[in-house]
Amino acid sequence: MLKIDNLHVRLGERDILKGLSLEVKPGEVHAIMGPNGAGKSTLGYTLAGRDGYEAASGRVEFEGQDLLAMEPEARAAAGVFLAFQYPVEIPGVNNTYFLRAAYNAQRKARGEPELDSMQFLKRVRERLSVLHLKDELLHRAVNEGFSGGEKKRNEIFQLAVLEPKLAILDETDSGLDIDALKAVADGVNALRSKDRAFIVITHYQRLLDYIRPDVVHVLADGRIVESGGPELALQLEQHGYAWVRDRIAPAAA
Amino acid sequence: MSMSALLQSFRDYAPAAVSRSERELTPAREEALRSLLAAGLPGPRSEAWRYTNLRALERRRFVPVEHAPAIDARPLADIPAPRLVFVNGRFAAAHSSLDGLPAGVELLPLSQALQGDDSRAVSFLGRRFNRDDEPFARANAALAREGMVLRVAEAVVVEPVVHLVHIGAAVDGVDQQWHLRCLIELHEGARLHLAEHWLGQGTHAHLATVVSHVHLKPGARLAQLRVQQEAAGASLFARTDAVLGRDAEYRRLDLELGAGLARHELNVDLHGRGAQVQANGLLLADGRRALDTRLGIDHALPGTRCELTWRGLARDAARAAFHGGILIRAGADGSEARLSNKNLLLSEGAEIASQPVLEIHADEVKAAHGSTVGRLDPNALFYLRSRGLTPGEAERLLVRAFCFELLDCLGDGALRSQAEQRLNDGLVL
Repeated sequence: MLKIDNLHVRLGERDILKGLSLEVKPGEVHAIMGPNGAGKSTLGYTLAGRDGYEAASGRVEFEGQDLLAMEPEARAAAGVFLAFQYPVEIPGVNNTYFLRAAYNAQRKARGEPELDSMQFLKRVRERLSVLHLKDELLHRAVNEGFSGGEKKRNEIFQLAVLEPKLAILDETDSGLDIDALKAVADGVNALRSKDRAFIVITHYQRLLDYIRPDVVHVLADGRIVESGGPELALQLEQHGYAWVRDRIAPAAA
Repeated sequence: MSMSALLQSFRDYAPAAVSRSERELTPAREEALRSLLAAGLPGPRSEAWRYTNLRALERRRFVPVEHAPAIDARPLADIPAPRLVFVNGRFAAAHSSLDGLPAGVELLPLSQALQGDDSRAVSFLGRRFNRDDEPFARANAALAREGMVLRVAEAVVVEPVVHLVHIGAAVDGVDQQWHLRCLIELHEGARLHLAEHWLGQGTHAHLATVVSHVHLKPGARLAQLRVQQEAAGASLFARTDAVLGRDAEYRRLDLELGAGLARHELNVDLHGRGAQVQANGLLLADGRRALDTRLGIDHALPGTRCELTWRGLARDAARAAFHGGILIRAGADGSEARLSNKNLLLSEGAEIASQPVLEIHADEVKAAHGSTVGRLDPNALFYLRSRGLTPGEAERLLVRAFCFELLDCLGDGALRSQAEQRLNDGLVL
C-alpha cells in the first residue's frame, strides 16, 4: 500500500529525514517510535503534503501513485489521513458542516456522488455510536475550546467518518491522561480492518499497550535504525533511546 | 476650471416639480444644486474622502431615467410581500405589493407621498447639507423625486418583514443616474423588521444616491438588513441618518457584496437616554471593487450604547475602507461603546484601510475598540486541505466562518434567514 524509499527531507538548513525507507501493507499497524527530534512529525507532515515539507530525494508510492507529486487534498481523496499532533481550532465552523464539506470534497474528487445532509447525518451518528462519543460534538465549532483529549478524540472521529485507507497518527497519545488514551485507542481498534493500515507515531510505549502493532520501527536521526515485533517497544521502554543510539554507533560511545 | 462631466450631469438633470407640495421644495433644491456646483467634488485631501478617489467618476456622464427598463422578475420570487420595488429608481407598481401589511403601517413610494399633502415628507426633503464634503447628499437633496415613506404607528408590532427592493438594470448604450430619499419613522413602542435589497441585473454602470432618514421614537425597535449586490460597474452613494429617542433600539446588518464603487455613511444620533444601536456589517471587496463605509455614532445622552462589529475582506485589486467614528459627548455619562473591525486580506494586490476613531468627553464611560488586518491562517488552511478540501473550498469555509458571526445581531427569525441566504450567495466567489 505504502512504499517509502530512501526519503530525504530538509527543513531550511537542516536535514531531518536522511534516507528513510518503510513498507506498509493493507491491514497492518506500524508503530514508529523515536526520541524527540528524530523526524517523527516531519514524516507525518511530509506524507500529508504540508507546505515546506518537500522531499529532497527519495520516493513515496501510495497504491502505485507517486504520493509526493499530489496536492494535500488529492492525498486525502486517495485515502491518506493524518491525525494531527496539534489539531487546529477553527472558530465559527460547525464540526458537522466541516466534516460534510471534507467528506463530499473527497467523494467529488473520486467521482462519487455527494451525500445530502440527511444521509450524511445518519452516517455521522453511526460513527458516533461506534466510538461512544456524545452528540454535542456535532454542534460545536471545530476543536474550538476543546481540551487536549477532546481534540484527539475529534481527530479519531474524523478518521471514522472519512474512512481513509492509511491513517497516520502523529503522537495522538501526547498530553492525554489514561482514560483519554484508552478512549482514543479503543477508537483506533474499532477502525482496524484488513483493508486499512495505520502508522502510529509515538514517543512512548504506553499507547502500544492499547493499540497492538504488527511492526515496531525505531526512528533515530532521520532513519529507521531498528525494526521488530511488539517486543521491540518493550525493550525501548526498559533501556531508553540511549540504548538505540549505542546500537547505531557503538564506537562513538 | 471647467465643470466636470459628473457635475454637468447633475446640473442638466433638472426634473420639474409636479405637485403643489413639491413646488414648496424648489428653493431648497435649487440651493442644494448651487452649493454642490460651487463647491465641486472633494479631492483626496478631504478627510472624509481620503479612501475614495472620485477622479475617474468625475469624468463620467449619467443621464436621467426616462422609463424603467424591463427586468427579470425571478429574483423577486425569494422576496415576499409586503414589498416595494424600484427599477432604476422608478417605482415599479406591478412588482410591488402591500399584502400582509397590518393596520397602523403606512408604506408608499415618495412620489405618491408628494402628490398628497405630506408636510412631514416635504420638511425632511428640504433638509440642507451644509458641508462641502457631502456632495452626494446635496445631489440627492437637489434631484431626488422618488423613494419611500414608511411609518409605523405607536405600539404597532409589524410581524412580516417589510422589503424594499432596488433593482439596477442595464439600459443599452447609456449610464443612468437616479436619486432616492427614504423616510422611516417608528412611533413610540413600534417594532419593525425591514430588509433592503440592492440587486444588479445585467452589466451596467449606473450611478445612484440614496439618503435614508430613520427616526425611532422612544421605545421603538427597528431591525434592518441591507444587502448590496449591485452590478460590478455600478456606483452607489448611500447615506443613513438615524435619530434614536429614549430607550429606542436599532439593530442593523449591512452586507456590501457588490457594485464597483459603494460608499455608505451611517450616522446614528443616540438622542435619548438608554438608546442603543447595534450595527454590524461586511465589506466584501473583490475584482476591482472599492467599498467605503463610514460610521458616525453620536452619544448625546447618558446611558446610551453602541455595539459595532464589522468585517472586511479584500482580494484581487479591490479596496475596502472602514471608518468607525464614535463620539461620546460631555454629559453622556455611563455610555458604552464597542467597536470591532477585523479584516482579511486575501491577495497581494488588494487593500484594506481600517480607521477606528473614539472621541470621549464624558465620565464613567465603557469604551473598547479593536481593529486588525490579517491573512488566513496557513495552519487552518493546511488542516482543511489535509481533510480533502481544495484550497478554494478551504478558503471559502474559513471566510464563511469569519463572516457568519455578524448575523447574530438579527436574532433567528426571517430576517436572519434572508441574510444567511444572501451571504451564502455572495460568498460563492
